[in-house]
Amino acid sequence: MPEVSAPQPSAAPTRRPGARMAWIGQGFLLLLALLALFILVRDLIQDPLLFVQIVISGLQLGFVYALIALGYTMVYGIVKLINFAHGDVFMVGSFVSFYAVTRFQLHVWPAALFPTLPRGWVVVIGSLTVMLLSMVTCVALAVTIERVAYKPLRDAPRIAALITAIGVSFFLEFFGALNFVFSPRFIPYQRPFEVVTLYIKDGIHILAEGTAPPDGSITFSNIFVIIVAASVLMQVVLQFLVRRTKIGKAMRATSFDKPTARLMGINVDRVISFTFAVGAAFAGLGGVLYAIAYPSIWSQLGILPGLKAFVAAVLGGIGSIPGAFVGALIMGQVEALTMGYISTPMRDAVAFTVLIIVLLVRPTGIFGEPEKEKA
Amino acid sequence: MRALKMASVLALAVLMLPLSAFGGETIKVAILAPLSGPVPTFGVMTRDGALLAIEEWNAKGGVLGKKITPVVEDSQCTPDPAVNAANKVIDQDKVRYIIGEVCSKASIPVSEIANSKKVIQISPTSTNPDVTVGRDGKAKDYIFRACFIDPFQGTVGAKFALGTLKAKTAFIMLDQANDYVKGLAEFFEKAFTAEGGKIVGKETYTAKDTDFSAILSKVAAAKPDIIYLPDYYNIVNLVAKQAKEKGIKAPFMGGDGWDSSDLDLKAAEGGYFTNHYSPEDTRPEVKNLVKAFGAKYKDDKGQPKVPDALAALAYDATNLLLQGIKTAGADDTTKVKNALVKISFNGVSGKITFDANHNPVKSATILAVKGGKVKFNSVVNP
Repeated sequence: MPEVSAPQPSAAPTRRPGARMAWIGQGFLLLLALLALFILVRDLIQDPLLFVQIVISGLQLGFVYALIALGYTMVYGIVKLINFAHGDVFMVGSFVSFYAVTRFQLHVWPAALFPTLPRGWVVVIGSLTVMLLSMVTCVALAVTIERVAYKPLRDAPRIAALITAIGVSFFLEFFGALNFVFSPRFIPYQRPFEVVTLYIKDGIHILAEGTAPPDGSITFSNIFVIIVAASVLMQVVLQFLVRRTKIGKAMRATSFDKPTARLMGINVDRVISFTFAVGAAFAGLGGVLYAIAYPSIWSQLGILPGLKAFVAAVLGGIGSIPGAFVGALIMGQVEALTMGYISTPMRDAVAFTVLIIVLLVRPTGIFGEPEKEKA
Repeated sequence: MRALKMASVLALAVLMLPLSAFGGETIKVAILAPLSGPVPTFGVMTRDGALLAIEEWNAKGGVLGKKITPVVEDSQCTPDPAVNAANKVIDQDKVRYIIGEVCSKASIPVSEIANSKKVIQISPTSTNPDVTVGRDGKAKDYIFRACFIDPFQGTVGAKFALGTLKAKTAFIMLDQANDYVKGLAEFFEKAFTAEGGKIVGKETYTAKDTDFSAILSKVAAAKPDIIYLPDYYNIVNLVAKQAKEKGIKAPFMGGDGWDSSDLDLKAAEGGYFTNHYSPEDTRPEVKNLVKAFGAKYKDDKGQPKVPDALAALAYDATNLLLQGIKTAGADDTTKVKNALVKISFNGVSGKITFDANHNPVKSATILAVKGGKVKFNSVVNP
């Protein structure tokens, strides 16, 4: 892990004397890429509909990863810390929404207060409230974690903070597994709104419940649309925040040079807290959407999506916001295509192979010019 | 004074010994049930089912003219307490017939002791093959079970799919890391293809997966008549829900892993699963058990208790044993085990005969998820 945390940009270009044999490795990777390309093209020609269907499920996964990856990459950009507890904040987000829906019926509160409100509005406002509550809770949790666990270690070696992050992650997972917290079992998630399946064939239609879509149609659900919309919206909001606002400027300054930023009168601690908060808000939203899409939750729900979002952030170039987004979409496709054309249990292996290849070939990632692009 | 106290206690203990030894005219049956530990409800149901069977036999005059005395021990579904309980009932209480344990991991060590001491043991519900089969691959002479072993459900499931559902094609989804799931899937595939069915796809996943969209896309493309998913209810909930949302209409089928109050009935609607028994079965054996059990045992609210699969299998196991003793005509475990090997017994959970490994060959119950309820569908014979 420590190697992961510090992808030194200088490591890639400088060749050691023994690097003459590197062409073997590069050739192998090239062959691997060609093989993958061949398989994909073959499958695309064989059954284009299935291919599109798998790409759609990959997009759904990728856009959720994007929401989580933004938090990783932003925090890394500011304090050079891989916040491994981020995935567990994501898990807490889905549990908060679960309790809001099952215990407090928060998803139908407008109906209770304003009985005349049309049903559609009730669902929209109620669901938004649930998401908002999750986001707020996650923000509070992340800011607390930052204050308690990371702030005291700000001047300690980076490895200390990293290990603390892993510790916080384990704490959240296993504290959540206690019976009186979230319990260690898989819990069927109750959605704030119903899933509507849509299919495309001569236009977009709604699939009636209990019927099969006609042959040759492509199906997707309202959740897919919501995930894509929410993820893109958040990306836009974040870009605006970082590029056009004062706090965004402060973030960029802090990321660029912390001591100097402090000298310029920027409250660095506040900026760091703010960064954690924004990342956690996205993770909270991601947690709700993920649980709605894949409705079974448990206390270790956050581990794998968290790690994969981390891979996505590294792939895109850790510290880069557009990089995290692009990386997440690629990771979603890699996973979905692996599930579709190799086998489902291979998905994690392939996902982490991507991490290894990225670290070997281009440790700075796709958008990796950390000196310039920091947020 | 203290010595006197000690002596009187000892004297009392010595007096007690012959008292218990006087039970020579009774046949003792030990019931090893997990009354505490991780699965106490299993233990209570098992004990109640076995005690009911013993009571019924005693009401008819016992077996071989002798009354049957139950010896109930808490074996906690855990190897150590189960072994202690087994040693206690065999060495101290001189019991030579054991009903139990419920859990395989406790039944296996008990079976080692029972077999070496020529004590008959019938486990009502332990499904692990090693309960009745020793390390040498041969059946343990004195050990039997009343439930079918897991993979058998796959065979029955295939039969039901081909016969009743008239399915011609099936898609199998399995968790390769889970022996229970793997066993069922393997036997399903074997039986399904052997009788002319076609497996149009087979996909694996892991227990931690939550996203099944890629697999389900393939299912949708393969258009199978049924989807065989012999996993536990939590996976079934997820997969069935996502399948419904993809517009997949083919019914799901599974095994007794579905049997849980946490099964998402809305998602699993239209599905079928194999199980040991259903209280809704209309055969007279089942009706009689439900009636007698409800009359003897009440729940917290004073309502008659409904016997579940554990109670039914414990009831069957006890009846099997007593029928075996009766057929053997002697209170001699070697003769009883020879009688059990050849027995053909009409139990609550189906007609039972034993195969070479002392596993019962019997019918399985098919339950259907319909209208938001789990309903009895039919009984399928192997």
